[in-house]
Amino acid sequence: MQARLAPEEIDKLIRALARRGYAVLGPTVRDGAVVYDEIEGAKDLPRGWTDEQEAGRYRLKPGPAGALFGYTVGPQSWKKYLHPAQVKLFEADRQDGLFRILGSPAPPARPYAFLGVRACELAAIAVQDRVFLADRFRDPVYGARRTPVFLVAVQCTQAAATCFCASMGTGPEVRGAADLTLTEIVNGEGHWFLAEAGGERGQEVLAELDRQPATEEELRRARTAVESAAAQQVRRMETAGIRDLLYQNFEHPRWDQVAARCLTCANCTMVCPTCFCTTVEDASDVTGDHAERWRRWDSCFTLTFSYIHGGSVRSSSKARYRQWLTHKLASWIDQFGSSGCVGCGRCITWCPVGIDLTEEVQAIRGTVNHGNTDA
Amino acid sequence: MNSERKKKPRVAVFKFASCDGCQLSLLDAEDELLAVAGAVEIAYFPEASRAMLKGPYDIALVEGSITTHQDAERIQQVRRQAKTLVTIGACATAGGIQALRNWKDVTEFIRVVYPSPQFISTLKLSTPIAEHVPVDFELRGCPINHYQLIELIAATLAGRKPNIPAYSVCLECKRQGNVCVPVAHGTPCLGPVTQAGCGAICPAYDRGCYGCYGPMESPNTASLTSQFRILGQSDQEISRAFRSFNAWAWQFRKASEECERA
Repeated sequence: MQARLAPEEIDKLIRALARRGYAVLGPTVRDGAVVYDEIEGAKDLPRGWTDEQEAGRYRLKPGPAGALFGYTVGPQSWKKYLHPAQVKLFEADRQDGLFRILGSPAPPARPYAFLGVRACELAAIAVQDRVFLADRFRDPVYGARRTPVFLVAVQCTQAAATCFCASMGTGPEVRGAADLTLTEIVNGEGHWFLAEAGGERGQEVLAELDRQPATEEELRRARTAVESAAAQQVRRMETAGIRDLLYQNFEHPRWDQVAARCLTCANCTMVCPTCFCTTVEDASDVTGDHAERWRRWDSCFTLTFSYIHGGSVRSSSKARYRQWLTHKLASWIDQFGSSGCVGCGRCITWCPVGIDLTEEVQAIRGTVNHGNTDA
Repeated sequence: MNSERKKKPRVAVFKFASCDGCQLSLLDAEDELLAVAGAVEIAYFPEASRAMLKGPYDIALVEGSITTHQDAERIQQVRRQAKTLVTIGACATAGGIQALRNWKDVTEFIRVVYPSPQFISTLKLSTPIAEHVPVDFELRGCPINHYQLIELIAATLAGRKPNIPAYSVCLECKRQGNVCVPVAHGTPCLGPVTQAGCGAICPAYDRGCYGCYGPMESPNTASLTSQFRILGQSDQEISRAFRSFNAWAWQFRKASEECERA
């Protein structure tokens, strides 16, 4: 059952979650972007802000007055909480000639509640669930953070120019499992939310808020608003046969062209909500009596990533870009049963030189279609 | 305990043309300094101690670039006395800010700056240590990061590989959750072509990277130059951006010269 909420209820929602012991994490404005951080109340949300995005460009600008979720997606994703950028896996001391391990990483003191999870981000969390939890190798760091998380999804009612979730089948309407799903409507006539609980936990929290049953007209307007976010999308990824397309085009000349632009700086992999690669660093201190093992986000764009005896396997930037794109869109399907891309567009916006993966795929597909294969 | 080991490794610190900032980083490592002093024998470090013991040394930390005939000879002696030679900082690794003179006529500078130019004897170029002797490890930065120096010393003592990555500043910057300054603000930033190590200090304070750590492992300066033009930078401004502390590092040098010609 969908309920209508006044905008003031969002503040109560945040406090209700905090009362339950959650660290409430949500969107806030910092350094000219919407980032995710701990929020205490609706006052911390990016009220009245929206974003303008293009390949290699992001700007905040005033949006619909009073809107709390009037932006699309910022540079960060929930990955920073579920799969932290740096984790100390253990530390060890030399004691009486023995090497003693002093514990493994503790889960966060409070479980997380995410406020403002977009449809593409729910899809990204589902992708990382398959990577970290689905197999017999479960990642305890991810699992400890992921299992108790409370998800408040907010459907998009507008799209950035870099969004292409509609073509990836991941949004803009929320299809994944969330504890609560909100839709924000702001127009000349008013400002209100639709809320729907996705389970018992969500229902309990929703029951604490002032709400009224939504009318048919309100449901229709919310649906239309979400549909318009799909209609606004100017970029799309043609996914039909994409696995074979990329497998059959390892030597396509387009890889050389994109390599001429690629900085191998790794920004795309850092901002990607599904990229999960890490490196493990062992360090000892000067005395040699204390050692630590750290896990940090790594990237297939670094040379050490593919370093084996004798050197790096992927020394050219062409090989590294091709590896990233082919894994994300093709071999990911073989490995995890779905695409590794959710269409959020972060890799397009936050590439310092604006490389656009939808354009790269299109270029490969375009010439192939004019050629002799039917891939 | 380490102190009970039979012989402590002997460390020496040598200075060439430089500002002393990098060797100061070692003294600046207050929390670790006593541990370092306990683990090694500081055999030669004129800035820290009057005791100046003769070589050979296990580890020689070399700061500064080669700018005089005397220094070109002295670095050969240092190399002969050092089992492991580590250069510290942009001067020793790339020629430093003083390598800006490599594009100019140094004799003219001498004439203009010094009242008695006949007493000045200098080389035409400021060059990195590796152009003169084999170098075992180059620690980047202007100045170096003292955590990296301590890590390098700890790794050398333990006989392991130091955790000093050669990838871009962007990895450090994004891991910290900084907002990308070129994308979000249009600020030119050398981060994508610069080696990590500083902790992305400038972007954390809303400024573009100045490239203090020199070229990263696979810098695409041509692509970044095109992007700087899109951000409204003139060729002269781009050339100057590449010509700072690591101006003479060949990738930055090439990038700055291409802008000058453009």
